[in-house]
Amino acid sequence: MSTAAPAAIRWYHACRVEDIPPWCGVAALIAGRQIALIREGEGEDIHALGNFDPFSRAFVISRGIVGDLGGIPVVASPVYKQHFRLSDGVCVEDAQVSLPVYAVRIEHGDVLVQLSH
Amino acid sequence: MAQQRVVVVGNGMVGHRFVAEVVEQGLAQRLHLTVLGEEPRPAYDRVHLSEWFGGRSADDLSLLPSRDFYAANGVDFRAGAKVAAIDRTARTVTCADGSVVVYDQLVLATGSRPFVPPLPGADLPGCLVYRTIEDLEAIKARASGRRIGVVVGGGLLGLEAANAIRQMGLETHVVEFAPRLMAVQIDDGGSAILRRKVEALGVRVHTSKNTQKIEALDGDRLAMRFADGASLETDLVLFSAGVRPRDELAKQSGLAMGTRGGIAVDDACRTSDPAVFAIGECAAHKDRCYGLVAPGYRMAEVAVDHIAAASAPRTFTGADLSTKLKLLGVDVGSIGDAQGQTPGSHTVAFTDSVSEVYRRLVLSPDRKHLIGAILVGDGSLYGQLLTLFQNRIVLPEKVEGMITPQTGGGAKIGLKPSDLPDTAQICSCNNVSKGAIVGAIRDHKYTLVGDVISCTKAGTGCGSCKTLVKDLLHAELKAAGVEVTNHVCEHFKHSRQELYHLVRVHKITTFGELIARHGSGTGCDICKPAVASILASAWNEPVIGRKHAHLQDTNDRFLANLQRDGTYSVVPRCPGGEITPDQLIALGQVAKKYRLYSKITGGQRVDLFGARVEQLPAIWEELIAVGFESGHAYGKSLRTVKSCVGTDWCRYGVQDSVGLAVKMEHRYKGLRSPHKLKSACSGCARECAEAQGKDFGVIATEKGYNLYVCGNGGMKPQHGVLLAGDISEEQVLRYTDRFLMFYIRTADRLERTASWFNKLEGGIEYLRKVVIEDSLGICAELEAEMAHVVATYQDEWATAVKDPEMRKRFRTFINTDAPDPSIVMVPSRSQHRPAFWEEKERQLETVR
Ligand code: SRM
Ligand SMILES: Cc1cc2nc3c(=O)[nH]c(=O)nc-3n(C[C@H](O)[C@H](O)[C@H](O)COP(=O)(O)OP(=O)(O)OC[C@H]3O[C@@H](n4cnc5c(N)ncnc54)[C@H](O)[C@@H]3O)c2cc1C
Ligand code: SF4
Ligand code: FES
Repeated sequence: MSTAAPAAIRWYHACRVEDIPPWCGVAALIAGRQIALIREGEGEDIHALGNFDPFSRAFVISRGIVGDLGGIPVVASPVYKQHFRLSDGVCVEDAQVSLPVYAVRIEHGDVLVQLSH
Repeated sequence: MAQQRVVVVGNGMVGHRFVAEVVEQGLAQRLHLTVLGEEPRPAYDRVHLSEWFGGRSADDLSLLPSRDFYAANGVDFRAGAKVAAIDRTARTVTCADGSVVVYDQLVLATGSRPFVPPLPGADLPGCLVYRTIEDLEAIKARASGRRIGVVVGGGLLGLEAANAIRQMGLETHVVEFAPRLMAVQIDDGGSAILRRKVEALGVRVHTSKNTQKIEALDGDRLAMRFADGASLETDLVLFSAGVRPRDELAKQSGLAMGTRGGIAVDDACRTSDPAVFAIGECAAHKDRCYGLVAPGYRMAEVAVDHIAAASAPRTFTGADLSTKLKLLGVDVGSIGDAQGQTPGSHTVAFTDSVSEVYRRLVLSPDRKHLIGAILVGDGSLYGQLLTLFQNRIVLPEKVEGMITPQTGGGAKIGLKPSDLPDTAQICSCNNVSKGAIVGAIRDHKYTLVGDVISCTKAGTGCGSCKTLVKDLLHAELKAAGVEVTNHVCEHFKHSRQELYHLVRVHKITTFGELIARHGSGTGCDICKPAVASILASAWNEPVIGRKHAHLQDTNDRFLANLQRDGTYSVVPRCPGGEITPDQLIALGQVAKKYRLYSKITGGQRVDLFGARVEQLPAIWEELIAVGFESGHAYGKSLRTVKSCVGTDWCRYGVQDSVGLAVKMEHRYKGLRSPHKLKSACSGCARECAEAQGKDFGVIATEKGYNLYVCGNGGMKPQHGVLLAGDISEEQVLRYTDRFLMFYIRTADRLERTASWFNKLEGGIEYLRKVVIEDSLGICAELEAEMAHVVATYQDEWATAVKDPEMRKRFRTFINTDAPDPSIVMVPSRSQHRPAFWEEKERQLETVR
């Protein structure tokens, strides 16, 4: 199934969809990097963002509350409550700051995340 | 029209205000401004200068809205440019470096200099003043590594300087020539209280002291010699004995002077030369120099109007010297004729030497108006009194009631925003009238206080008018039929109270159902926890059950408190502060096993810090085994019921305070509420458990208990008010049940009982009617709701560790059992703490 990718880019298996409770996040440690996997809604809409919160400098984004601001899906940092857009990781309060965003693919309920090295 | 060349000498607070006014009025095209400032940097906030010691940098204090504000508006600003001479015939000024600038109109804003009394030795190294950032740098340098500092002058600035010295860790003395502190602003009674408060902070006050000379001692220390023969050794002397206008340039160029110094100006702020204006502290209007910033700002505006030949120029007709300050943490306010020097005036004073509060009102001879006031120790009435004073509002009959405490706490003056005339000045710092504020609200359809403040500038000075601004906004919105939005957030057009009712009435049990029926969107970090709390208060289902987990803030989601490094803390409940030796041992064992930092909290229990998410269930399993339960330190719910030892041990105890505290803690543990709840029970009036500082608190009496409610420690301490006196234990619980449920029903989100109470119309009388006399007929309901919560209590942690589904969620990583590599501890005292970012940054760069 997997398409040929340049050697430096790889898809990693992170978890199953049902491992992430609806509207929640979990963290995964993939190739030494902390990734926040966030499930928007009850289905298979899963986002992968950096788990590092640049404001508090703690690795906690996966523990934030998921919702929307003005219709735009966001996750709120659990520490100082800045909001990050799920689509591109940009911080709503300070557009200069953003979280890295990783591509996600769901295959038969498996959550795959693409990382480059 | 040809561009006029305006030269401004001095770039202090008022000089800057002049420039800002020119820019704001759109006159920067017509007036070409050259600003010559002696200091090495553009204008900064001298009023808040002392904050420099607290870590605000010179940049933070800058008054310029942006770094390039002057350049962007075509202002030729020159820092470090001291003007040495004025040639009024040639219309030029010459700077110390020889450069010459031509003017059509000249504005002098040279401020004042600190007055240093002409004493022998006053110029020795270590003798300093307090006016500029460079002065502060010199003070800091001198203080470093030394022990003692003396401030000469016990006025406003002297006390502020003393505070700065004290905060640098020096033994601090204040030497005052007059027999009392702040002799100019306040009277004997106020001064005595101020002195006690200042002394309680460890500052030594010497009044009626006439310094005769300062001598140099060995090792560059100093000795002050006084007229009465006494002397004082010190490392640093700070002169704060008043200021003198910097009028020397004007004097040399032959401008008229005020009789007591200062550059004489008329109502247009013009000097004796029509091409020269003087504004701020250097100007003498009607022979009077104003040492405050607000009159200076008025002068700057007036000068702009006249220089730009405005069609209806404003005039300066004098200013009021009312001030409110926080000196060494003590509120001091002085309004109008504070000393009561007006012939025939009356004085009403109130002294409370226990809580160290002094209030004095000076009334007009016909007793109808307030003409002056002094407040020491509690400045909360300042804004209202100032409004009464400035607008000559006719006073109520029983004027004493305004300054004496009434049953139910703080004095209130029935001053409604609607009672004020449009001309009433609301913000005296920025001269903003009620009309201007109301106009701005109507024109821009503002609904947020912040917007009104940034538009009108009201509230941006000392801040004492902010409550009035808010009241005006709310009155306006109400009058316009706009509901004052207490909407929870954008997803619900309802207040918390309304959501609570919707949940109860429609028996809604999930967030999904509530937002589908009564909201929009998917929710956010504001409404989700708020609704979770409402659902828990109403139905008491486990907060981390699958239905509710996604609504919880991280603390509630992991039933522990998040720390700065992403670890959590563990706080087991110790009802009433009681703990058995075996429990103590178990705590120690658990802390050792999981390497947890241990601390006694301020709430009579133990907090274990540094647990990783995946360790929490195991830790709790061990704690539960020896009888501990969740302490809900993470929840908006009951924290602790503190107790004192009471009759069991104490020789003064009159009731079993521990017993009742334990009972109360068990009754209300786990109860979710709009904000956290704290309680205490003291065994006698000595009040060792501090029950009056709690959301609800009980003090034992010979006959039973006194029940206090709505107290608060924390950010804004407030004493509780007596709800019922000499009641039985059974009544304590009944009234508390009702009180808590009434609060839970009606409070806003994150509103502690104290702030809820402050908004409650009718105050304590109303609350008594509802809770004791059942005036709303809801007491049976409230009691039933509480009974349900008490009966359905389960220890959240016991539930969580037993439920495999919930337990699974306590994982750091979903794909590995590896611990979080970003958690790094370093040794600290005999334990450890999380590494600061700098200590671990390099290590973590790659994994971010
Ligand atoms: C642990 C403790 C400090 C200590 O080492 O002693 C503490 C720690 C925290 N306090 Fe506190 N407070 C602690 C006693 C107090 C007290 C003293 C008391 O309860 O007798 C007060 C003043 C009394 C009061 O609240 O009326 C207090 C007033 C606050 C406030 C201000 C509340 C207010 O209304 O002004 C906050 C902020 C808030 O809640 O919004 C706060 C918030 C916090 C938070 C939750 C801040 C946070 O979000 O990280 C801290 C985290 C606790 C943790 O991680 O475990 N803490 N805090 C104390 C725990 C007591 C306990 O056993 O539960
Ligand atoms: C610590 C402290 C706390 C204060 N707290 C309060 C308060 O709470 N409330 C309040 O209302 N007021 C307070 N004040 C007073 C307030 O700061 C002054 O009233 C205000 O700064 C006056 O503004 P000004 O522009 O007239 O003078 P300044 O701000 O002193 O500015 C004058 C400027 O002119 C410059 N200058 C002088 N001569 C020349 C020259 N020949 N050539 C070029 N430049 C020259 C000076 O270097 C200075 O920068 C406080 C003052 C201090 C020092
Ligand atoms: S409050 Fe009373 S009973 Fe309790 S310890 Fe203090 S003195 Fe003793
Ligand atoms: S009165 Fe000082 S800011 Fe308004």
